[in-house]
Amino acid sequence: MPDTKKDYQKILASVQKPVIGEAGKTGTWSKLKPIIDLEKCIPVKSGKFTCFNCWIFCPEAVVTRTIPPEIDFDYCKGCGICMEECPVKAISMREVKSK
Amino acid sequence: MVKLMDVREEEFIYPGTRVCAGCAMALIYRFALKALGSKTILTVPASCLTVLHGMQGFCTTKLSVLHTPFATTGAAASGIVASIEEKGLSDEICVVAFAGDGGTADIGIQALSGAAERGTNFIYACYDNEAYMNTGVQRSGSTPFAASTATTPGGKTRPKKNMPKILEAHDIPYVATANGSYPIDLYEKFQKARDIKGTRYIHILSACPPGWGYDPKDTIKIGRLANETGFWPLYEVINGDLILSQDSMKYLNDDKRKPIEDYLKAQKRFAQIKPDEIEQHKRYINAQWKEIKNRIENQ
Amino acid sequence: MYGRMPCKGDFNERGEIEMNQSKAKNKKIKILTGNHAAAYAYRHARVGVVSAYPITPQSPVVEQISEFIRDGKLKAKFLMVESEHSAAAACCAASATGSRVGTATSAHGLMLMYEMLPWASGTRLPIVINLATRSCGAPWSVWDDHSDFITVRDVGWIQFMCEDNQEIYDTNFQAFKIAEDPRVFVPTIVAYDGYILSHTMMPVELEPQEDIDAFLPPLNHHINLSDISQVKGVGPVTLPNIVKREEGTAPGYYEFRYSLQKALENSIDVILEVHDEFAKKFGRSYGNGLFKTFNTEDADTIIFGMGSVSAQARTVIDKLRKEGIKIGLVSLRLFRPFPVKYLRDFFKDKKNIIVFDREIGYGYEGVLCYELKAALYGLKDCPFIKGFIVGLGGRDVKSEHIIDGVHRALEQSKKGDISYETEFLGLKLDELDFLD
Repeated sequence: MPDTKKDYQKILASVQKPVIGEAGKTGTWSKLKPIIDLEKCIPVKSGKFTCFNCWIFCPEAVVTRTIPPEIDFDYCKGCGICMEECPVKAISMREVKSK
Repeated sequence: MVKLMDVREEEFIYPGTRVCAGCAMALIYRFALKALGSKTILTVPASCLTVLHGMQGFCTTKLSVLHTPFATTGAAASGIVASIEEKGLSDEICVVAFAGDGGTADIGIQALSGAAERGTNFIYACYDNEAYMNTGVQRSGSTPFAASTATTPGGKTRPKKNMPKILEAHDIPYVATANGSYPIDLYEKFQKARDIKGTRYIHILSACPPGWGYDPKDTIKIGRLANETGFWPLYEVINGDLILSQDSMKYLNDDKRKPIEDYLKAQKRFAQIKPDEIEQHKRYINAQWKEIKNRIENQ
Repeated sequence: MYGRMPCKGDFNERGEIEMNQSKAKNKKIKILTGNHAAAYAYRHARVGVVSAYPITPQSPVVEQISEFIRDGKLKAKFLMVESEHSAAAACCAASATGSRVGTATSAHGLMLMYEMLPWASGTRLPIVINLATRSCGAPWSVWDDHSDFITVRDVGWIQFMCEDNQEIYDTNFQAFKIAEDPRVFVPTIVAYDGYILSHTMMPVELEPQEDIDAFLPPLNHHINLSDISQVKGVGPVTLPNIVKREEGTAPGYYEFRYSLQKALENSIDVILEVHDEFAKKFGRSYGNGLFKTFNTEDADTIIFGMGSVSAQARTVIDKLRKEGIKIGLVSLRLFRPFPVKYLRDFFKDKKNIIVFDREIGYGYEGVLCYELKAALYGLKDCPFIKGFIVGLGGRDVKSEHIIDGVHRALEQSKKGDISYETEFLGLKLDELDFLD
């Protein structure tokens, strides 16, 4: 039985520390995931750090600003914004079976 | 305009938050925090943003946040600022309040007005999804005219409260409007605000898929239409002078603005809108731009 | 000194007040109102942030504080907020950021702060509020009773009631020390009667700053957001259940609130400790720190009250004694946490207790009365307890009311008449000419 005289002193205010995946693996929210066609993707084709609409417009920040852009399927919620905002329609939402 | 590769790459929000797929607020917060950097203390009232921050014990941001009751954002920020000043840290730490439209235009307006009137040295950012979304889409003072909400099912009968104008009346150094669909413009505005002393107010339109009634993939498109139809112009007011933002400049020309029907018809919350209500929207938008034009020409 | 105005014998040939003790110990005496005593206490306690809104009868507290700041005597930030709700919110935020925080208010101001009171206790912020008590409307009344003080008794704050201006000054330092103790971290109210103390001048012995500094070290806050190297999210949504992750286990709401209750219960030990330390260092004590007794050594009948009520009751003890009643007074100082154990121990061998409440728990009876009854529940040969309501809305609490109450209670006690009827003393219904 905890010591009522002392242990309560270790519980003060409800204070949070940062973690990744606070809501769990939010990638499970959707079976659809964005697949980038690297033959159409502008930074891949040009080798220049340009466009990156998918990186800019991702609300979850699961796209990297790299050549090629990489998407973290563990946390991608499958909203489809990157597909809509890609200027060359290089992204399509496909069903990806979870591991 | 800030160049793509000059935008800070570091993220301040860890992935795996509870917000809806396609939430513009998440994108807004992401770029705002990028612009603000690590020497920032945030305060957030009861709102969808509270949920983004995570539940007991575990949060999602790399920055400290003080959660505070709904009506108190401006006052809580004032308290943090006073403590920082008392400790001599006001040149180092930026205090930022981030509230929804409910916590800004309605229940929170007194605290915000008081803080602005006192010239409190902080940034107040309002992400405006135009209703009390966190509690189930009830109307707020910031809900636009004729929009359907849980408490105005037939459409709101009064226009949207003009918060940027109200804050201008407080004689503060920086007032700006922004939009979740223009994250680079938003980033630049937060960067600019960061370096100004005094009360800075940034009001950001934040598209909401479940609340406004559209598919999450269209969040950026819908928000963009708000600018392209002239409904939500992007501008800054710096020491009383209005500066139209680059993304809104072409809409000074009445002919360049897209028809407001494009914006309204794309959202289920306007499904029941009547022709005379659409005309009311048109009148409001035209009057808004006439005023902007007048101001720019005469200042 | 309890409620005593300076009298002829206190003045020397030059017309100055002379207090022998104080001259020797290099202390200063100022004639101060209760409000100004509170302001001096904030100054000497080195409060960092004051966020307050004026309200009668508290306004002079914040006016004096702003003068101290202007004159460089207090290095604090004074936030002149636009309402008490904002004042409380700003205090909570400033405290969480790591500053020592104080504010002052009365009646409707305290009630407007209500939403933030459980927020402060739930976040375990060591805020101090000086409360100049005042009745709650409607109808409007700026005069004194304890209704505001008791109306916030369940939100988890420590609550003191003071009887004179010296006690206001002294209790404030103890309040900060108790609230900031790592075994406690609970916000505190230091209350005193509006107008009766807040606006009445009394001699107050002020302590040298270095002695107060030695007694009250700087705040070591458990949150301290100003240290941005430690990322903290403070006060998030907290679920009914605990949360277990690989990164750790987080307590649920229930555990946090249990901890607050335990902190309040165990704060009594800290309150006694701090009171005794203060008495040793500064030479002034207030009973045992929890309640003050007067003429109780051989008493079997006790008057129980707090603040101005007990100050008035003090003046009739001798008269009642002359009637042959073995009567004494207990003046409650610590209202929350209610010092159940100590009250049971004190009252267990007493015969009669007459409680005078300067407030009422509407629909039931005077709060002190029923809380005392509950505290003594189960005592073998429990004393006869009778309560009276006095002085609401600033109605004078006169000696004759107290004497009348004592007589009536003792009569009922003799008859063994346990009546729950709530009796008001001092009403003037018979002078209202439109009543039958």
